[in-house]
Amino acid sequence: MHPKTREKIWLTVLGWFAAGLIFFPIFWMVLTSFKTEVEAVRTPPSLFFEPTLENYVTVRERADYVHFALNSVIISVGATLLATLIAVPAAYAMAFFPGKRTKDLLLWMLSTKMMPAVGVLIPIYLLFRDLGAIDTRWGLTVVYMLMNLPIVVWMLYTFFKEVPKDILEAGRMDGAKPKQEVWMLLLPLSLPGIASTALLSIILCWNEAFWSLNLTTSNAAPLTTFIASFSAPEGLFWAKLSAASTIAIAPILVFGWMSQRQLVRGLTFGAVK
Amino acid sequence: MASTTTSAAPSVVPIGGQSRRNVNTLPLIAPSVVVLFLWMIVPLVMTLWFSFQYYNLLDPTMAGFAGFENYTYLLTDPSLWTAMLNTLYLVFWVLVITVGLGTLLAVLFDQEFYGRNVARLLAIAPFFVMPTVSALIWKNMLMHPVNGLFAFFARSLGLPAIDFFGSFPLTSVIIIVAWQWLPFALLILLTAIQSLDNEQKEAARMDGAGPLAMFFFIILPHLARAISVVIMIETIFLLSVFAEIYVTTSGGPGLASTNLAFLIYLRALREYDVGGASAGGVIAVILANIVAIFLVRSIAKNIAD
Repeated sequence: MHPKTREKIWLTVLGWFAAGLIFFPIFWMVLTSFKTEVEAVRTPPSLFFEPTLENYVTVRERADYVHFALNSVIISVGATLLATLIAVPAAYAMAFFPGKRTKDLLLWMLSTKMMPAVGVLIPIYLLFRDLGAIDTRWGLTVVYMLMNLPIVVWMLYTFFKEVPKDILEAGRMDGAKPKQEVWMLLLPLSLPGIASTALLSIILCWNEAFWSLNLTTSNAAPLTTFIASFSAPEGLFWAKLSAASTIAIAPILVFGWMSQRQLVRGLTFGAVK
Repeated sequence: MASTTTSAAPSVVPIGGQSRRNVNTLPLIAPSVVVLFLWMIVPLVMTLWFSFQYYNLLDPTMAGFAGFENYTYLLTDPSLWTAMLNTLYLVFWVLVITVGLGTLLAVLFDQEFYGRNVARLLAIAPFFVMPTVSALIWKNMLMHPVNGLFAFFARSLGLPAIDFFGSFPLTSVIIIVAWQWLPFALLILLTAIQSLDNEQKEAARMDGAGPLAMFFFIILPHLARAISVVIMIETIFLLSVFAEIYVTTSGGPGLASTNLAFLIYLRALREYDVGGASAGGVIAVILANIVAIFLVRSIAKNIAD
């Protein structure tokens, strides 16, 4: 065999072994979700078994699962829309009309993201209590919007900077007003960038588990909080937990795979290119 | 990029009666700045204020200026130091595992092999699993001392099953958190490796550099910046690991797996000691800021004007 081919085969084995090992817990969870509760805790653990959909049916029939999933969707999408709405004008201004302070402003925005949430837990909790915002969807939506705003501004800024200035220039020559320039040129041109920014923001909201655990209990609780309730000893239904978890992570896993490149840009604030 | 800057230059001259410089950016930027200011600075000032007050939600008679009493109480409380040590221990080991393995995996996934793209998707998957789910998979299905998979493997080998969360609570949390953050390190280091100049690699190979020499003298130096960024970003997030502890050990047994974030949570929302918890919050903010200063500097270098 050609040594190059042999090397490639070794690398294939090694690469897939490493990937399989890392992915294994997720695989095992998905597998468990198709077992009966008895099968799920059996020793020795079974790799081959009669798959059942009963856990998914049970989970779906429990109206409250739909309630928690709906909370996750409403809060993640709501927060992302709000953040984008506020961020677009700011990113536009910073990308196309940079002033002396623009860089400092951007850095300051990013630095708010580095503040540990636990450092402001108490005032936020007390403010929420006084405003009646605890365990409300709008309360958590506002927190998530603020939490992601720096990243959204930052990502939109980098995407806007990539839009060729000449095109906006040409539009301006043809008499486009600033509003038209943004709506009819900038936004359509940077739509892929805006979409991946929104996607990353949704992922981060969906998986957030500090504020959701501390600020919601049931009414506004998203899936992170709901899944956490399985940690109680009486909640040891592994197969059902697995089914609920699988549905909870599946859409976000797909989104994550779709946006892996933008993820690097968003999460390192451009410090790695 | 050069072409866009040159073409943008004449735009200072008014076009169609409108100058580029004439746009008032204040109303565009103000909403973002104002809400972020309200979100971070105001609560931060409140935390600072509370940390100098007697303030207990259960005991309204306790009120008034406390001076540094919350701090002295907290700093002389052994549980703070346990939590601090646990925090640093957790951050340190998760960093070692994720950066170490992440670098090796990044080199591996940089090579050509069959199905590499799919394998890479599998390897980065844990990062997209919500923390409460990943903590519970590990706790119940893998690390459970009776029915867990690890216990089964141990018994098959004739070894006693390990009671992970009973005997090694902090280590167990570290394993879970490291599993979640390994994909992050891998993804960023892989991106960095792929930006390495192929000619440079080729030249080194021509000069007879073996794989090891290649790794230590070409790849690792190239990755230095990316590694430092991974370390800084992870540190900031790892300083406040919360959900994984919340659903697995609740900080126990005793304080064995309580970190600073969890201690503050216990003080604030379980003991209702607002003053004491705020003092803890201030300490957490200071710790994170030490790292953040370096991170901001590193980012600032990269933002093109």
